[in-house]
Amino acid sequence: MSTEYVILAANEASEHRTLIISLFTAFVLATLGITVWAGRQTKDAADFYAGGRQFSGFQNGLAISGDYMSAASFLGIAGAIALSGYDGFLYSIGFLVAWLIALLLVAEPLRNSGRYTMGDVLAYRMRQRPVRTAAGVSTIIVSIFYLLAQMAGAGVLVSLLLGITSEAGKIGIVALVGVLMIMYVSIGGMKGTTWVQMVKAVLLMFGALLLTFLVLLKFNFNISDLLGTAAENSGKGDAFLEPGLKYGIDSMTKLDFVSLGIALVLGTAGLPHILIRFYTVPTAQAARKSVLWAIGLIGAFYLMTLALGFGAAALMSPKEITDSNPAGNTAAPLLALHLGGVDSTWGAILLASISAVAFATILAVVAGLTLASSSSFAHDIYANVIKRGQASEKQEMKAARWSTVFIGIVAIGLGALARDLNVAGLVALAFAVAASANLPTILYSLFWKRFTTQGALWSIYGGLVTAVGLVLFSPVVSGAATSMFPDVDFHWFPLSNPGIISIPVGFLLGWLGTLLSKEEPDKAKYAELEVRSLTGTGAH
Amino acid sequence: MADAPPLKTPQQRQPSTEEYTEVQQSAEFAELRRSYRSFAFPLTLAFITWYLLYVLLSNYAGGFMGAKVIGNVNVALVLGVLQFVSTFLIAWWYARTAAAKLDPKAEAIKNRMEGGA
Repeated sequence: MSTEYVILAANEASEHRTLIISLFTAFVLATLGITVWAGRQTKDAADFYAGGRQFSGFQNGLAISGDYMSAASFLGIAGAIALSGYDGFLYSIGFLVAWLIALLLVAEPLRNSGRYTMGDVLAYRMRQRPVRTAAGVSTIIVSIFYLLAQMAGAGVLVSLLLGITSEAGKIGIVALVGVLMIMYVSIGGMKGTTWVQMVKAVLLMFGALLLTFLVLLKFNFNISDLLGTAAENSGKGDAFLEPGLKYGIDSMTKLDFVSLGIALVLGTAGLPHILIRFYTVPTAQAARKSVLWAIGLIGAFYLMTLALGFGAAALMSPKEITDSNPAGNTAAPLLALHLGGVDSTWGAILLASISAVAFATILAVVAGLTLASSSSFAHDIYANVIKRGQASEKQEMKAARWSTVFIGIVAIGLGALARDLNVAGLVALAFAVAASANLPTILYSLFWKRFTTQGALWSIYGGLVTAVGLVLFSPVVSGAATSMFPDVDFHWFPLSNPGIISIPVGFLLGWLGTLLSKEEPDKAKYAELEVRSLTGTGAH
Repeated sequence: MADAPPLKTPQQRQPSTEEYTEVQQSAEFAELRRSYRSFAFPLTLAFITWYLLYVLLSNYAGGFMGAKVIGNVNVALVLGVLQFVSTFLIAWWYARTAAAKLDPKAEAIKNRMEGGA
């Protein structure tokens, strides 16, 4: 299997390209149809923000999986396993275990006490305007980091799959993704977005199942054989199947891995685009059921990425994978081509299908992120801070639609500017901010009677500034070949992942801010929040 | 959207601030809070510790993690898959406990408060 078959040799790929474009187009048309249908059913704010709260636990579990499993997890993890072996798998474990925090501590109380946004719960018993502002700022920053990584990734990936090499072409792809997500969200609101995410989740699960089955079939369902061939073919031997190839280089990379691990496991339950999904079901029990489905689907998916990653390593040479994309992001589509048979129609069809799934994956995730940020802008900042809670429902929905357009345009602009920068670190940063700024504040708000407005502000801003500040002066931004700006060096923080410092800082500041605040906590409001969060009394 | 129960009825009443405080102080609610917290909090600590143990082993116990169990399947892979298994089991256990022990208590309080006392 030589590298001449690599999909990106643009000339040979023209037939693939036609097929890929047709499948992309079919997905786009189908989802736009859904969006228009959902838009017609979106009549009030609860429809727009929370999909009318009428989705079932299973539907929402599917949509959560669609929202959560980004291109980074599908293509990124499969590629990371294909290139660094076992270390690529470490991500999946943190991403999955994290859901237990959402299940045990966050999903149900949040569903019972909030209405549309994360800020609803954080500000419940606090002074509204300062806490809403902080929640809005944090929501928008987390979502924009995540969004930016997806947008830039989409540009690179789709250009690779379609063999587009011109800069204008890449910008065009970013703009196309941006325009589609603006349409999904501004027209379809939460209903449209949810259905797009459900469709994507089904496609992604089927795609992964098919590839996993084909990989296992090649090895007669002998997993040991698959692993052995992958290890041998990788040129790294048994080390390929053990932890350490990527993170075990020295004591700093090891510490970096611990820091990443903590952020992954504590970040998920603080991601605003995930949290707002719990409002789309009618009850806390349905929210619980959705997390159970999500854990099952996401867990099954990550187990399958093992087969995809090791399968890619076993069936292709490392050079073939890195020639196509140095980070391994095209390993999964390449694997599809190989499984179907290079130069065969099946290979072309399989490659095109998996590429279309990747495209669907990106679109569903960016739509969720855009919805989270525009909801928070319209509901937390516009309606509750600027209009002091006096905005009519109509005004608020209008603000939500316009902020979708605005955030979409900003994301297109930033995505186009960042298209050649290495922004992979931004997803990890989004998790770190969510774990440092959002999770401490959510947990204190729900479970700590004495928590005050000052405590909330200190934990949100303190966790946020620490996480973002440390990354700004880390190798993620400058001073290394893989940095966003490799040509300058102003880094002094040695780790790429700030979590090990910024998460304790977030928790500590929330505690300290509370101890040092002059105001008494609002006992009556806490009684209301506590009873409501545990029993669902008075829930929206 | 299939099995969704009907939206809350318009005549559902919103309890007053005093009622919330009263319920929060009641022995019945204290029992619900205790059942929830004594289940969820220690379990959270346990699975986070188990996850961190796995992270630390991956980092600092290379020899142990690399030991072969069956064929090319090593300890690292077995422990990784065990993280999945424990996640599934904990999720299932929580859901079962919540449905059996927490939901009835929560439901009783909610019905009384919304139904009017």
